[in-house]
Amino acid sequence: MANVQEHIARLFPEATFEEGEVLLVNIPDAKWHTLAKTLKEDSELDFDYLVALVGMDWTETLGVMYYFSSTRLGHSISVKVATDNRENPMLHSISDLWNVANLYEREVYDYYGIIFINHPDMRRLFLRNDWVGYPLRKDYDASPETNPVRLDHEAVDDTTFTYVEQPDGKVVKEERTIFAPEDFVVNIGPQHPATHGVLRFRTSVDGETIKKIDLYLGYIHRGIEKLCEGLGYMQTLHFTDRLDYLSAQQNRHCLCLCIEKAMGIEVPRRAQVIRVMMDELMRISSHLLFMGTFCMDLGATTMLFYTLRERERILDIFEKTCGARMTFNYNCIGGIMEDIDKDFVADVKKLLEIMPKAIKEYDTIFTGNVIARNRMEGVGVISKEDVISYATTGPVGRASGWACDVRKTHPYGIYSELDFDEITLPEGDSMARYLVRVEEIKQSCRILEQLVDNIPEGDICAKVPKIIKLPEGHWFQQVEASRGAFGVYIESHGDQKPWRVKFNSPCMNLAGIVPHAAKGGKIADLITIGGTFDYVVPDIDR
Amino acid sequence: MLELSHGAEWLNQWLLSWCAPWAAVTIECVLIGVLLLLSYSVLALFYIYFERKVCAAFQCRLGPNRVGPWGVLQSVADMFKILIKELISLNHIDKFLFALAPYLVILASMLCFSMLPWGSGIQIIDFNIGIFFLLAVSSIGVLGILLAGWSSNNKFTLIGALRSGAQMVSYELSMGLSVITMVAFAGTMSISEMCQLQSDGMWFIFSGHIPAIIAFVIFIIAGTAETNRGPFDLPEAESELTAGYHTEYSGIHFGFFYLAEYLNLFIVSGVAALLFFGGWAPLHIPGWDAFNGVMDWIPSTIWFIGKAIVLSFIIIWFKWTFPRLRIDQLLTLEWKYLLPINLVNLVLMVLVVCYGLHF
Amino acid sequence: MPYAEFKDNEYIESLVNELRANGTNVVVGSLDKLINWGRSNSIWPLTFATSCCGIEFISLGAARFDMARFGWEVARASPRQADFMMVAGTIVHRMAPVVRRLYDQLAEPKYVIACGGCAISGGPFKNSYHVVKGVGEVIPVDVYVPGCPPRPEAMIYGIMQLSRKIKVERFFGGVNRQEKRSDFINAHPIEEALVKEGVEQEEGMAK
Repeated sequence: MANVQEHIARLFPEATFEEGEVLLVNIPDAKWHTLAKTLKEDSELDFDYLVALVGMDWTETLGVMYYFSSTRLGHSISVKVATDNRENPMLHSISDLWNVANLYEREVYDYYGIIFINHPDMRRLFLRNDWVGYPLRKDYDASPETNPVRLDHEAVDDTTFTYVEQPDGKVVKEERTIFAPEDFVVNIGPQHPATHGVLRFRTSVDGETIKKIDLYLGYIHRGIEKLCEGLGYMQTLHFTDRLDYLSAQQNRHCLCLCIEKAMGIEVPRRAQVIRVMMDELMRISSHLLFMGTFCMDLGATTMLFYTLRERERILDIFEKTCGARMTFNYNCIGGIMEDIDKDFVADVKKLLEIMPKAIKEYDTIFTGNVIARNRMEGVGVISKEDVISYATTGPVGRASGWACDVRKTHPYGIYSELDFDEITLPEGDSMARYLVRVEEIKQSCRILEQLVDNIPEGDICAKVPKIIKLPEGHWFQQVEASRGAFGVYIESHGDQKPWRVKFNSPCMNLAGIVPHAAKGGKIADLITIGGTFDYVVPDIDR
Repeated sequence: MLELSHGAEWLNQWLLSWCAPWAAVTIECVLIGVLLLLSYSVLALFYIYFERKVCAAFQCRLGPNRVGPWGVLQSVADMFKILIKELISLNHIDKFLFALAPYLVILASMLCFSMLPWGSGIQIIDFNIGIFFLLAVSSIGVLGILLAGWSSNNKFTLIGALRSGAQMVSYELSMGLSVITMVAFAGTMSISEMCQLQSDGMWFIFSGHIPAIIAFVIFIIAGTAETNRGPFDLPEAESELTAGYHTEYSGIHFGFFYLAEYLNLFIVSGVAALLFFGGWAPLHIPGWDAFNGVMDWIPSTIWFIGKAIVLSFIIIWFKWTFPRLRIDQLLTLEWKYLLPINLVNLVLMVLVVCYGLHF
Repeated sequence: MPYAEFKDNEYIESLVNELRANGTNVVVGSLDKLINWGRSNSIWPLTFATSCCGIEFISLGAARFDMARFGWEVARASPRQADFMMVAGTIVHRMAPVVRRLYDQLAEPKYVIACGGCAISGGPFKNSYHVVKGVGEVIPVDVYVPGCPPRPEAMIYGIMQLSRKIKVERFFGGVNRQEKRSDFINAHPIEEALVKEGVEQEEGMAK
C-alpha cells in the first residue's frame, strides 16, 4: 500500500492521503480524470475493477467516494473527489474508463444533482425526468406537495443530454439521439413476464434482431438509502432483507459485518458458523429459484415446479428457525437474533441427502435437453475484460472466467477456514452462467456438510450497547451474495444515525451489462440473457 | 354393436317418412350444425380441463379440484366467465379486421373439425379429396392469426403474428408432405376410404412400417408447430411477447383463440389417428379372434376419440417438458432437417408401394 | 382456520344484506347466480409483481400450495384477459401511472388485491420520498392481504375472500361496487392534457 501511495504522490503532487481501512486519496476534480486514467492503466496500479461509487453530501461540499480494486494485484484504493459548488456541481466522468461507472454516475446525478462532464447520457436514473429536487441531498424538501403521486405518463425520451468539455475548459450541454424516428422500438417492460419484476428495456429491433437497448430503472426505487439516514443502526437492518429478497441473509450479514467492524465487536463463533450456514442455505434456495424461473423463461415450465419443491424444504428450515419464509430478520448486530431450532441439524442433513439426487433430476430434464443447449450455448457471450469493466461479479463474472468470489478474495466470517472451490468457467455464455450456478449449489452443500456437525456451543450474540453509536469515519464491507458482491458503505459522523449508507448491489451492474450482452441477438436471446443474469429488480433500484 | 351411424340412418328414414326430401336435408343440416357446435365446445372444455390436469400431474400438483367433482366444472366456469367478460374496444386499430380475425381462426378449425371421421359411416362431409380439403381449410387459420396480430396495432402482436406466419408457412410444408406420403401409401384422398382400408386392423403405421413411422414423427412435430403449442409456441411466447398475437383480445374473442388452440390440438391428433392409427378402426391382432371380437364391440366413435386423446396426450407431454425454440432454430429445424427427410421419405414410400414391400 | 371464522366477514355480510333488502326477480336472480358462480370460480390473475410478494406468489402456484386447485393458475400476461390484479409489492411514484394503466387495460369485471404491507400502506418504506402510500391511492382495491410478504396461505385466503365478494355481486340491475369504482376513477383523474400524449406513446407500453 505504501508504494502505491508513493507512486501516486510522485505523479500527482496535489493529492493528499488518509490512512484507513483502505488508502484514501483526495484529489481536486481538475486532476481527477488523469488520475483515474493512471489508476487504470499504470501497470503498477492496475485498478481495473471499480467496486463502488458513492455520491456524498457533506453539507458544504458535494462529492463522490470511489472504491477501486485490482483483479490482478489484489490491492484496493479509495478516492474522494468533491466540489463546493452546490448550485451547479460538476465533476469529471470516468465512464469512458470503467463501463460500470455509466450507471453509477447517473445514479449520483439522480441523487445529488452532480453533473458528470463527458458522461454520454446524463438523464435521471431512478426518478422521473420531471422530478423536483435531488432526494439524497441533506436539504431536500421531502414534502409530498413538491412531488405528488402523478398518474400521467412520463414523456418518452428519444434523446438525451451530455455535457461536453470544450478545449478551453467551458462545458457545453449537447443533445444526443438514442433512437432515431425510423427505429422500430419495442417497449419491453416495466410490466413484462420476462423482466423478473419491473425493469424496462426500450429495445430497437430489426426484425427479430436487437439493435439497441435503452435501460430504464426506478420502477421500484424505494429510497432505502435515504430512509436509512433517518433511522438508528438497528432499524436500518430490516431494509437489507427487502433489497435482494433472495439473498436476504447475505445482505443482512453484510450490513451487520460493516457495523460490527466499525464498532470493533467480536462476534461469537457459534453465531459466525450459523450465519455462514444460513448464507449458504440462502444461496442454494436462490439458485434453485433461478433455475426454475430461467427454465420457465425458456418455456420449460415444469422445471420450476421441481426446483421449487426443493426450495420449499429450505424455506421450511428457515421458517423453523427464523419464523418467516422470506424476510427473515435473523442476523443482528453482534450475532444472531435467536438460536437455531432443535430440528435444524437434522433438517439440513436431510436436505444434503436430497440435493444430489435433485440436481441429477434437473440435469436429466433440462440441462441435457438439446433444445435447452441450443438456446443457451453461445448466447450472450461476455468476455472477461467486459465483465470486469462492467463489474458484474457473482456467477455471471465467474462464468466469464473472472475469479471474483468475495469469500475467496476477501474472506469474511469463517470462510477462510472452509474448504470449497470457486467455480469459474471460461466460456462466458448463458450455458456457462447456468452451469456455474448448478455447481455452486454443490459447493454450498459441501460447505454445509463441513459445518452441520460442527456447530460450536456458546453465545449467539455479543454484548452490544442498547444505543448504537458509530465513531466518526467511513467503512466499506462486501460479502458474496447469491448474485455477486454485495457491498455496504457507511459513513458516520458520530451520531446514532448514519450520515450515509450506500448499498452497492450486484444486480445494478448485471442490469447495466444487458444492453451490451444482448446486442445483435434475437429477442428470445434477450430473455435468455436476462434469465441467466437473474437480477432482482428491487436490488437494482433499492 | 352400438354405432351412432344406426341412429343417423334411423333419423333419416323417419324424417323422409313424413316430409319432403329437401326439408329432411335442411333439418338434418341444421341438426348436424347444432351437434357440431355442441360437440366442438364440449370437446374444447374437456380438453382445457384435460390439459390442466395432465400438466398438474407432470408438475407434482393436483390441478383443478374444487369446482364440481374433481374440478370437472372448472372449464365450464371459465367459459361462463369469458362469455360475459367485457370486449374492449381499442382506438387506432382496424376495427373490422380486428373483429374478423378470431372468427377466421374458429372457422378454420370448425371446418377441419367437420372433416374428421367420427365413426364407421359417420362422416359429415365425405368427398374424394377429403384430406386435401382438410389441409386447405386448416391454412385459413394462419390468416386469422396474421390479421389478429396486424390489426391490433401493437408491436408485440405484430412480432407474434410475423413469427406465426413464418412458422405456419414452413411447417405446412412438412405437414403436407407427410400427408402426401400417406396418401401415396393409401392410394386415396378420401377420408372414409382411408379408414375403410385400415378397418381390418392393419393400421397404416404397421403396414407402412419404416416410411410410415418416419412420416408419423414428422407429422406430430409439424402438427405441434401448426397448433402453436410448446415447444413451438413462439407466436404466443408468454415470457417474450406477453400473449403474442392475441395480446389485445379480451372476452369471447380471446375465448375463440383459446378454444381454437385446444380444438386444433384435437384435430391434429385426430388426423394423425386417421392417417396412421386407422381412424375409427378398432385394434385387431391377427389370429386373436376373441380379442378382436371384444375390440369390435367398442363403438367406433369411442375408438376414434380415444386415439385422438392419447395422441394429444403426447403433444401435451411435449409442451410441458421441452423449452421453447428460438425463431431461427425453428426455421432451421424445418428447412434443413424435416423437409429433406420428408422428401427422401416420400421417395422411400413410393418405392415401398411400387415394389409392394408393405404388409 | 375454522369454517365459521372463514365465513366471518362483516363487509360481505353488509353487501348481502343490501342485496336482500332490495329484493330480486326469480329469473334475473338465478341468472345472476349462474354468472356469479362462473365468475367467482374462474378468477385469472395478471402476472404482475414488483418485489418479494411476487416470489411468494410463485410459491403459491407451486406444488405445495397449488392455486390450480381453485382454477387460479391461468395467469395471463396480457391484462386484457386477466380478471384480477394481485398488486404484489411496493408501488413507487414512477410505477404508479403504469399500475393505473394496467388497471385501465383490464377488462371488466376487474378486481384488485393489495398484497403485502407495501401495497396496503407503503409498509416499511412509508416514509420514503418515492413510495406511494398504498396502492389504494392509485386504483380501487377490493381485498387487502397483510403480511411482509404474506404467506401463500394468506394469499389463498385473500383470493377466496375476493371470490366470495364476487358471489354477492349482481350482473343484472343491481349495482354494488361498480358505482364506487367510477367514483374512485373520478376522484383520481389522469390529467387531461397528458392523457392525449399518453395515447400517442401507447402501442406496446406496459404489457
